[in-house]
Amino acid sequence: MKTWIKSGAPWIWMNAAAVSTSLIMVAGLLGLIALRGLGHFWPADVVEMDYLAADGEVVRLIGELGAHEDVPRERLAATGVRLPGGDTVTLRRYLLKTGNRDVAGPDFMWVLGHDIQARRYPPELVAIERREWGNFYGYLREVRQAGASVASGDQAWDALQPRLQRALDLFAAIRDIERGAIGSINYRLEQLRLRTRRLELDGRNDPAALADIAAERAGLQAEYEGRQQQLADLYRDIARDSIVVETQAGQQVELPLSKIVHIRQPNAMGMFTKLKTYFAKVWEFLSDEPREANTEGGIFPAIFGTVLMVILMSVLVTPFGVIAALYLREYAKQGPVTRMIRIAVNNLAGVPSIVYGVFGLGFFVYFLGGNIDRLFYPEAQPAPTFGTPGLLWASITLALLTLPVVIVATEEGLARIPKAIREGSLALGATKAETLWRTVLPMASPAMMTGLILAVARAAGEVAPLMLVGVVKLAPTLPLDGNAPFLHLDRKFMHLGFHIYDVGFQSPNVEAARPLVYATALLLVLVIMVLNIAAITLRNRLREKYRALDQ
Amino acid sequence: MRWINDDAGPQPDARDATMSDRTMSAHAIGMEALGQAGVDRHIEEEDICIQVENLDLYYGTKQALKGIGMSVPRKRVTAFIGPSGCGKSTLLRCFNRMNDLVDGVRIGGRILLDGQDIYAKSVNVADLRRRVGMVFQKPNPFPKSIYENVAYGLRLQGVRSRRVLDEVVENALRGAALWDEVKDRLHDNALGLSGGQQQRLVIARAIAIEPEVLLLDEPASALDPISTLKIEELIYELKSHYTIVIVTHNMQQAARVSDYTAFMYMGDLIEFGDTNTIFTNPSEKMTEDYITGRYG
Repeated sequence: MKTWIKSGAPWIWMNAAAVSTSLIMVAGLLGLIALRGLGHFWPADVVEMDYLAADGEVVRLIGELGAHEDVPRERLAATGVRLPGGDTVTLRRYLLKTGNRDVAGPDFMWVLGHDIQARRYPPELVAIERREWGNFYGYLREVRQAGASVASGDQAWDALQPRLQRALDLFAAIRDIERGAIGSINYRLEQLRLRTRRLELDGRNDPAALADIAAERAGLQAEYEGRQQQLADLYRDIARDSIVVETQAGQQVELPLSKIVHIRQPNAMGMFTKLKTYFAKVWEFLSDEPREANTEGGIFPAIFGTVLMVILMSVLVTPFGVIAALYLREYAKQGPVTRMIRIAVNNLAGVPSIVYGVFGLGFFVYFLGGNIDRLFYPEAQPAPTFGTPGLLWASITLALLTLPVVIVATEEGLARIPKAIREGSLALGATKAETLWRTVLPMASPAMMTGLILAVARAAGEVAPLMLVGVVKLAPTLPLDGNAPFLHLDRKFMHLGFHIYDVGFQSPNVEAARPLVYATALLLVLVIMVLNIAAITLRNRLREKYRALDQ
Repeated sequence: MRWINDDAGPQPDARDATMSDRTMSAHAIGMEALGQAGVDRHIEEEDICIQVENLDLYYGTKQALKGIGMSVPRKRVTAFIGPSGCGKSTLLRCFNRMNDLVDGVRIGGRILLDGQDIYAKSVNVADLRRRVGMVFQKPNPFPKSIYENVAYGLRLQGVRSRRVLDEVVENALRGAALWDEVKDRLHDNALGLSGGQQQRLVIARAIAIEPEVLLLDEPASALDPISTLKIEELIYELKSHYTIVIVTHNMQQAARVSDYTAFMYMGDLIEFGDTNTIFTNPSEKMTEDYITGRYG
């Protein structure tokens, strides 16, 4: 035993155990997130069941069966439900998503396993994804045009398809006009208003200048009227068709096609169709905008916001951190002062991020932004332009947060460049600056990339400070669009991390949102991974180029 | 570079051969060939390139050089020998002010390069180092291509023309006897070369900017015997164009390649004279003890 301990074997076993535990935990975490998140997009079968309700009547329930849990008998008894005989300790209950929130109230219910008397999966059951009020389940009974029935019964499904496509096309056209054309007109009108105000403030509001603006405004106004007319026509067109669906309670409900995104018959789908639907839904999740308080639709604005913010942050933090490290390592006289600064920089890396958020809000947003507004945007007052949380301030705050990492990594890289290389360059008549630029900095670039990788990894996952300096639950416009100057640094934006928090904890519909939390978390991990892999690839390429250090 | 143009292309065979032969034989018989083809040189007759006057150097409070005074003759090879820590590398690094990079260095006395004090305030250190090139103990090529390594000094001087650069790079590589080995892979990374090739590359890099003086700080100590031989041959060839100062631990090497030898001990210059005399008939007992291996 003693020799076994002396041999070091237990030590090796302990190390191996620690490593494998970590690996298993990481893999388990990712696996869980992936399973829960990705499962959400699978088109589940819609079940129709005869259910013995609490009042002893048998009712028909329609919906998607979701999670199940085994509940202790006493706990169920305490809720006053009728229990079967027998001596099982636990009873199984299922979460049934019944949808139809606008008609029936709650859209989720727990059903007790032993009270389900029959389950059926009739192929003609439809699951309808709507723009409002969540999913709708039931039987398609009729298709109507302008209130008059055009198809019913078995023909209804086939008659529906072209009409639904038409409604979707019309909806896309409406959105294009509202978001694109009218959004742009509004933006330009606002610019005109600001220009007028600017002229007034400068005292240059002579009639000629104002007349120009008025003419321009009249032009935009006319354009706007035209678009409005177009919109009114489209709205009339899209409201033409509707369908009638029978709910679980036998009630006939009329749903306008303009409110419908998808109608599917999951029970009638084969494996291949289901797979196709699955990927279509995943793509929709990635590329679409959120609907219904973020619990439905996609998360594209959040992905876009996260990536854009991280890129901006990198662009800001890299030069700043590298220059600071360069001065500290190469030019500053090494002594107690530089040592103190180094310690301070290291400590900055440990400051809780919310503190940076508060600082960013107080200094960047209110002080800097407020002063920028006063100096450069007096025409927009009292509405703030930069004096309010936005993309620029969020990026700068995160740049500040990650600055220590970049400084430390770059300094280490600089310290590792062999003295011989510097002397070689100096001996050829290079000045110190030339030596740094031509030889030392390129050789230290892999270290800078390492710093940047760490910075990106930290910044992309940060949520707390962002809530204070620019992230919102729902941003109406992306920070990058077709209106000059294209990149709108003053806009608020959406972020995956905050989206997780918002969907998971601020959502009105917890059950509907839960899978989305997992899916979004998975996506956040993936985005960070992609950003990191990009940076790591770049670093390895640089390392290969400057591998003198490894000799 | 013009000088190389004179004998560009294939090196003049006759001269080349005789020199190689001479070095080879000197190498082969080592100490016995001290006669160096019977040349007895006299410092009084030489054109002096570097004049050292009463040079003191302190690292902090420790004195590393004590009142050194000597003359380095032009277009000759001068060797510094002595035990480790005697100050020979320190003295060498004074000639291109490499010691400026060390914290807490103080220097007294004067070093005159062509009659001009290199420690005067008006001297631009970068300019000085362009005139006084240096090759270090360990090969230190930059992690760039072979071509870019040699072109480095010229690029610093703002030379952009591809034609000029090509010409200079080729001539410098020929001058360093490396051209034939690397001409097909000029744009490969210099770190892929062998140690001896790297050292010759570094010499090519140094002579590409046409310095007046070439300082060699134990240039062959990290190399195998074959590479060492090549470097020694190279030194022999280079001395017709450059003033060369070499620090070496290897006394045979000093005897083989140098015209003048300085023996240093504990920061003092003990003896300086032409190599023949130092090795065959030293006037100081310490010198004799050292070169006969009694200590050091």
